[in-house]
Amino acid sequence: MIRLENVTKTYPKAARPSLDGVSVSIDKGDFVFFIGPSGSGKSTIVKLLLHEVTPTKGKVVVNDKDVSTLRSWRIPHFRRSIGCVFQDFRLLPTRTAYENVAFALEVIGKTQAVARRVVPEVLELVGLGGKEHRYPHELSGGEQQRVAVARAFVNRPLILLADEPTGNLDPDTSIEIMRLLDRINRTGTTVVMVTHDSNIVNQMRRRVVEIEGGKIVRDQPRGVYG
Amino acid sequence: MRAKYVLSEVMVGLWRNVTMTVAMIITMAVSLTMLGASLVMYHQVDEMKARFLSNVQVSIFLDVNVTDEQQNALAQELATDPLVSGTPVFLNTADSYKLFQEQMKNDQALIDSTTPEQVPQSFRVRLKDPTKFEQIKATYQGKPGVDNVIDQASLLNRVFDVLGALQGLALVLAIAQGLAALLLVANTIQVAAYSKRREVAVMKLVGASNWFIQSPFVLEAMFAGAIGALVAYAGLVAAKVFLIDDSLKALTAIIGEVQWGTINIMLPLLLAAGALVSGVTGWVTLRFYIKK
Repeated sequence: MIRLENVTKTYPKAARPSLDGVSVSIDKGDFVFFIGPSGSGKSTIVKLLLHEVTPTKGKVVVNDKDVSTLRSWRIPHFRRSIGCVFQDFRLLPTRTAYENVAFALEVIGKTQAVARRVVPEVLELVGLGGKEHRYPHELSGGEQQRVAVARAFVNRPLILLADEPTGNLDPDTSIEIMRLLDRINRTGTTVVMVTHDSNIVNQMRRRVVEIEGGKIVRDQPRGVYG
Repeated sequence: MRAKYVLSEVMVGLWRNVTMTVAMIITMAVSLTMLGASLVMYHQVDEMKARFLSNVQVSIFLDVNVTDEQQNALAQELATDPLVSGTPVFLNTADSYKLFQEQMKNDQALIDSTTPEQVPQSFRVRLKDPTKFEQIKATYQGKPGVDNVIDQASLLNRVFDVLGALQGLALVLAIAQGLAALLLVANTIQVAAYSKRREVAVMKLVGASNWFIQSPFVLEAMFAGAIGALVAYAGLVAAKVFLIDDSLKALTAIIGEVQWGTINIMLPLLLAAGALVSGVTGWVTLRFYIKK
């Protein structure tokens, strides 16, 4: 499903590479945590998978496609197979929960009829039934993140990337979001989550890949934060 | 759905940024008016050249003491010259003196001091191709009995030079204005893209095509360009009605009537130029502004 082969990424003007010869393989339906201190290179992995940056060396394979050779005009279509959730939610403040999720469908050319059918369904799934018409500022942080998860999942992507999704949330709310991600994972969606929330990692007992100084220092099937 | 979305985005974009949009339309309009005016002028000068040159004569002035044989030989040669169109006209001493009196009627002293014999006789010929004057001159200048060969077109050319300079000036102004308009378009698009950066970020994230992300901005620019072109066309119409056909009526004697057809052909030209140029500018701006 996802394969990094000896990937090195050095940003321009950086003294040392963010990722240094990283190789990792993630199967379909896996749930993987990438952990490590700030600046260890975790977020670079998310950027590589989204093709926001290209590797300096090595190969990034997503859905059996070599991302690094993807032509730029194919990137939009490629991204439709990946859902994304971030620490800062990235919702549109002038749109309601329903509209935020529907927007993701509209802009890839789905009709309003499709949105009317699918959006309430996915909002129900994330536990926001009845709050469709609230604006982001009328929702709590946890609820906003649920909207973001709904938006990432509405298109039924094969992969869900989560970059510090609980970074702005209190521990209880964080656990709710993790339950939600776990449920999405059980539908067969591969979940890749970057975090430094040790509680979460320890509770979930899923595969843990630890990165330090751009290198993988640990890869455990049912790991803890360590 | 997509078309509706794109159109509503265009309208919202134009309205959100209304001062910028107006500025963009005005500069666009001024530059396109200049462009249109210089194109109309180009057309007029071309037409005028054709009209004047077809009437232009070459004068072959004869020596005061030309002999009859020399004169007859010249008449013969001119009549069979392939460059000459029609029959050459001969102005004898009496005709020439009358013409001289007419042309110099403001200078009575000169007329009084000139006797008919001092005014040279001449052949007046029209050329099939008015630009072949040099060949005629080379053939007849220096022949026995010929004093001088003069082309009226060389006088007209000075007028054409002035008009050409005006035309060039209008074109330079159009280009300078056009450049300002393009920079405004680029700036407006950047502001629009900035004010919608959240939407753009989300669209990129969920995999909206570049076309879909960029088209509202590009259409916004094209719309402003097209409105600018309409205003410019209105300006040209006003110029014809209030200037050329009214207060500058006298000018049409020289440059000729400006036809409605000439003005109307500018509408599609200016529309295409305005919409295309601003659309392309908008698109190029976005290529730099919205990275992959």
